[in-house]
Amino acid sequence: MAGNYKLIGRDFLPPDVYGKVTGQARYAEDFRAEGMLFAKLLVSPMPHGRVRRLDVSRAQRMDGVVAILTPDDVPQVQPGQEPILAREPMYIGEPIAAVAAVDEATAAAAVETIQLDLQLLPFVTDPLDSLRPGGPDANTAGNVYLQGVRRIKWTARDFAAAGDDKLPLGEPAVEWSYGDVEAGFQQAALVLDETFVTQAISHHSMEPRTAMAYWQNGKCYLHASLQSVANAVPGIASLLGIRQEDLVLISENTGGGFGSKAGGYPQLAIPALLSRKAGGRPVMMRVTRLEEFYFGRCRAGFQGRVRIGFRSDGRITALDLYIVQSNGPYSGFGDYTNAAGAVSLVYQPLSMRFRGVSVLTNTPPRSAQRGPGENQIAAAMEPILDKAARQLGIDRVAIRRINAPRHDGRVGADRGPITSSYLPEALDIGAEKFGWEEQKKLSGTRRGSKVTGVGVGMAYHSAGSNGFDGLVVIKPDGKVYIHSGEGNLGTFSYAGTARVVAEVLGVPWEQCEVVWGSTARHLPWTSVQAGSNTSFTMSRAKYAAAVDAKRKLQEIAALDLGGSPDDYEADGGRVFHREDTTRSITFARAASRAIELGGKYSGFELPGDLNPMTVRSAQAVAGTGLVGVARDNLERNGTVPAFGVGFVRVEVDVETGKVDVVDYVGVADCGTVIHPHNLGNQVCGGAVQGFGLALFEKHVYDPQIAWPAARRLYTSKPPTYLDVPLEMRWDAVNQPDPANPIGAKGVGEPLMGAAAAAVACAVADALGGRPFNRIPITPDMVLNAAENRPQSFRPLEVNV
Amino acid sequence: MSEVETLEATQRAISRRAFIKRVIAAGAAVSSANYLFRGSFTGLAPRASAQGVERLISLKVNGMVRRVDVVKQETLAWTLRYKLGLTGTKLGCDRAECGNCTVLIDDVPHYSCSVLTHTVRDREVTTIEGLAGPGGRLHPVQQAFVDELGPQCGFCTPGQIMSTVALLKRNPNPTREEAAEALSGNLCRCGAYHYYLNSVMRAAEYMRG
Repeated sequence: MAGNYKLIGRDFLPPDVYGKVTGQARYAEDFRAEGMLFAKLLVSPMPHGRVRRLDVSRAQRMDGVVAILTPDDVPQVQPGQEPILAREPMYIGEPIAAVAAVDEATAAAAVETIQLDLQLLPFVTDPLDSLRPGGPDANTAGNVYLQGVRRIKWTARDFAAAGDDKLPLGEPAVEWSYGDVEAGFQQAALVLDETFVTQAISHHSMEPRTAMAYWQNGKCYLHASLQSVANAVPGIASLLGIRQEDLVLISENTGGGFGSKAGGYPQLAIPALLSRKAGGRPVMMRVTRLEEFYFGRCRAGFQGRVRIGFRSDGRITALDLYIVQSNGPYSGFGDYTNAAGAVSLVYQPLSMRFRGVSVLTNTPPRSAQRGPGENQIAAAMEPILDKAARQLGIDRVAIRRINAPRHDGRVGADRGPITSSYLPEALDIGAEKFGWEEQKKLSGTRRGSKVTGVGVGMAYHSAGSNGFDGLVVIKPDGKVYIHSGEGNLGTFSYAGTARVVAEVLGVPWEQCEVVWGSTARHLPWTSVQAGSNTSFTMSRAKYAAAVDAKRKLQEIAALDLGGSPDDYEADGGRVFHREDTTRSITFARAASRAIELGGKYSGFELPGDLNPMTVRSAQAVAGTGLVGVARDNLERNGTVPAFGVGFVRVEVDVETGKVDVVDYVGVADCGTVIHPHNLGNQVCGGAVQGFGLALFEKHVYDPQIAWPAARRLYTSKPPTYLDVPLEMRWDAVNQPDPANPIGAKGVGEPLMGAAAAAVACAVADALGGRPFNRIPITPDMVLNAAENRPQSFRPLEVNV
Repeated sequence: MSEVETLEATQRAISRRAFIKRVIAAGAAVSSANYLFRGSFTGLAPRASAQGVERLISLKVNGMVRRVDVVKQETLAWTLRYKLGLTGTKLGCDRAECGNCTVLIDDVPHYSCSVLTHTVRDREVTTIEGLAGPGGRLHPVQQAFVDELGPQCGFCTPGQIMSTVALLKRNPNPTREEAAEALSGNLCRCGAYHYYLNSVMRAAEYMRG
C-alpha cells in the first residue's frame, strides 16, 4: 500500500471532539454510581519514615465511615517497587492509609483522627549527597536503582578530583562504549568539557488522576485516568490480585498524561480495594492538585558531564557522557540511558562512551515524561554544540547537519540500524521556513532593554514497536467497527490509526465507527499509548486486521459470485469483480454471509498467534459479523526514529530577566503524515511544553527537610497564552518510513525536546553564546549572565 | 572543614525533633483536609454535621431555575458537578489556578471552584452545557473550536470556550493579542494555545456573521 490515499494525509474530525466542546465527554470524575462513597488519603508528612503505629480505631467508629485501608491490606513489595500504601513512606505526600465514607468531609475528618507514629529515617534530595562517602540512602536497602536497589558510594578522591564545579566521575552503575574514544579525542581539533544540570518537573496534567471503582458479580469496574486502556489491564489486574478478564477498565477520555498515566499506577488500586472492603459499593477517589504533585509522577533530573571532541568541520569524533539521575524513591525510569541512546543517534559520534548512575531520592516517583531523557539531554547538549560551532566558526545549523544521521545512521552501544531518518531534511525545511539566514543576523541586536537571540534545536525519540493485534468487525448494518485499545489522551491517534482500516477496505470514513474507551467493548491487545508509539505500531496492527477482513470479503464474494478471491476488489463500501463491477456485494451482505458461514469468517476460528486479550475480545464479538483479526507480523528491521526540529527567536529583557518567545517553527520527521491538522497541534503544543522545560518549570526542595516548595501550578508555572508566540508555525518532512505499511512513524515526544533545546540555545545566543548548562533558564540566571555576575548557586546544585 | 565533613555534620544536626519543628514552620505538614465537599446526591449523607446544614435555594442555571440543597461553604463547581449533574465544568486544581472550571455569571467568566453557590442566587449562571441550541446545534464558538480542532485532551476546553463566549460578548472583534489576554486565565497543559486562538478568531467570524 503506498502513495495514493483517499484518507491518509487528509484532515478529519475525530469522533470525540464533539463531546469535548459540549461538555459531554466524560472523564473519570464525571461518572456516578448509586451509593457512591468518597475516599480521602492519609499521606506522609516525612520524606522517609517507618510507620511504628497506625491507629485507625477512632476513624472506624465514626458515623459515615464505611471502609479503611492500611498498609496491612495491600501486597508487600520488594525494595524499589512502589507500594499501594506505604509502611515505609519514601517521600512527602506518599499515601499511607485511605478512608471511604459517605462524603468527602466525613472521609477527611476520619483521616484527621488517624493516629500515626512515624519514625524519621535518613533522607536525601540531591543525588550527589547520596553518592558521597557516608551520605544518606533514600531507601534502607540502598541508594541506587538498577533492576533492583543497590548501593554505590563514590570516594572522597572522586569528589576532590572534580572540584566543586565539575561533575565527579565516580563508579557508574551502567557503562557502555563503542569505537576508540581516546583516539577520537586525539583526532579532535576542539575538545569541550561541560558540566550541566537539568531539573525534575511534574507532569501536572490538567486532569488529576481521579478514579472510581466498584465490584459487581466478581468483576472490578474501574473508571480511570489513563493513556492506555488495553495495555494497562495486566498491571492493574495484578495490583488487585484478580484475573485480567475480571477487570472492566473504563477510560473514554483522559485529561492529559504525557507519560504519567502510560500504564496502571499503584494508587489506582486504592478506590478498588476500598470498594471491595465496602462490599463492592462504588468509591470515588478524587485526587487533588497537591496530591497530583505528590504521586502524579515527574521527570527525572540530571547532573551530567560531557566531553566532546570535534573535527574542524564540526563532525564529532568522540563523546564521553556521564549522567547522574535523580531517580525518585522507586524503580523510576531510564531517562539517563535513553539520553545516551539519543546522543548516540542524533549526533552519530564516531566513538562514544556512556556512564551513568540513577540515584534514589526522597522525592516524588519518576515516570516517563514526554521524551524521557531524550528531551532534557537535547536541552543540555544543543547549547554546547552551539559553543563548539562558534569556536570553530561554523554555522549552527551546519554543525547539526554534518552530525545528523541519514538512513544508515546507527543507534546505541550496539550500533543497531534505524528504519529511516529525514533529520537533515527537517533541518533544511525548518531553516527555510524560519528564514534562518536572515534571522540569525538579528542575534544580539538590542532594542531598549530587549536583546534578540535565535536558536535551533533537535530531538529524537524512538517511535514504534510491533507484535500487537488489530480487530475489526463488519456488521450486517454495513458499518465497519474498528476496535481500538489505545487510550484517548488527546493525540487523536486512536482514531487516526483507524483510518488505515478504512483505507485498506476502501470504505468511506462515515461508514466506520471507532470502538474505544472500555474493555467491555472488546479491545484487541494494544501497545501503550506512550513512547510516540501509536501511529507506527497501531497503524500496523490495524492494517493487519484490515487485510484479514479484506481477504475474507474477497473470499465471500468469490463463493457467492464465482471466480477466485483475487478477482475481487473492495471500494466504496462494496466488494466487486475487477472486470465486471456489477458483480458485487455490499459490506452489509458480506457481513450477513460471514455470520451464516461461521468459522473464521465470523470469528469462531481464530489465528493461533493472537495475544490472549485479543482472543477473548474476538470470541466476544464472534458471530456478530465479518471479523477481521490479526497479529502484526510485519517486518521491522531496526529502531524507528522520530525526530523534531525547532527554530526559535527570543527577546531577552536584560533589565528584568524575562524571556519572550516571539517566533517558532517546528518540523516533524514522522514519516507519512496521517492527520495534518492534528499533527500541527502536536508540533505546536509539544513546543509549548518545551518552553516550560527550558524556561519555567522545576522542582524546588528545602534540602534540610526535603520539603517541596514548588508543588502547585503557580509555583512551577506551565506556559500560558502569554508565554508563547501569538502565531506558531510548523511543517513536516512527510516522507514514508519503509517499516510501516502507510509509512507512518510516531512523533509526540521530540517535538517538545526540539523546542526546549532551541530556546536554551536562543537565550544563550542573545547573551553572547555562553551556554547556561542548566535548565530552566530563569530570570535570575539571565540577569546574572547579562551582568557578568556569577550565578547564585553552584553548577551542580539541584532543586533550586 | 572538608565538604564531606560539612555534609556529615549537617546530617547529624538534623535530629528528628528539629525536623518536625522545621516541617511545622514550613506550614502545617500534609493534611488531606483540603478540597473537600459534603455531598448529598447519594441520598446517604447526613443532612447536618460540623460542616453545616444544607439549605434549599433556587439557582438560575442555563436559563432554567434549579432548586438545590447547598451548604453555606459549598462552591459553585461542586453544586454544578455533583448536585446538578453538569459535569462539563471540570476541576483541574480547585484553587483558582487553572481555569478549567470557568463558567459565566451574568456573562462574566468566573472560576466556579472559587465562587460560593449561595452568592449566585439572583444571577444567571451559564455552563458549557448551556451553549448548544435546540437539538444539540452547536453554539458558534463551539463550532469554531471543532472546525479549528482546538482541543487536544479536552479537559480545559469547556473553560476555554466559556472564556471565549464572554470575550466575544464584550468585544466582537478581538485581535489575536486581545484573545490571548482574555484567555490567559485558562491553562492548557497540552499547549494547544495556537489552535485555541485560531478557534477564537474563527468564532468571532461566525458570531459576526
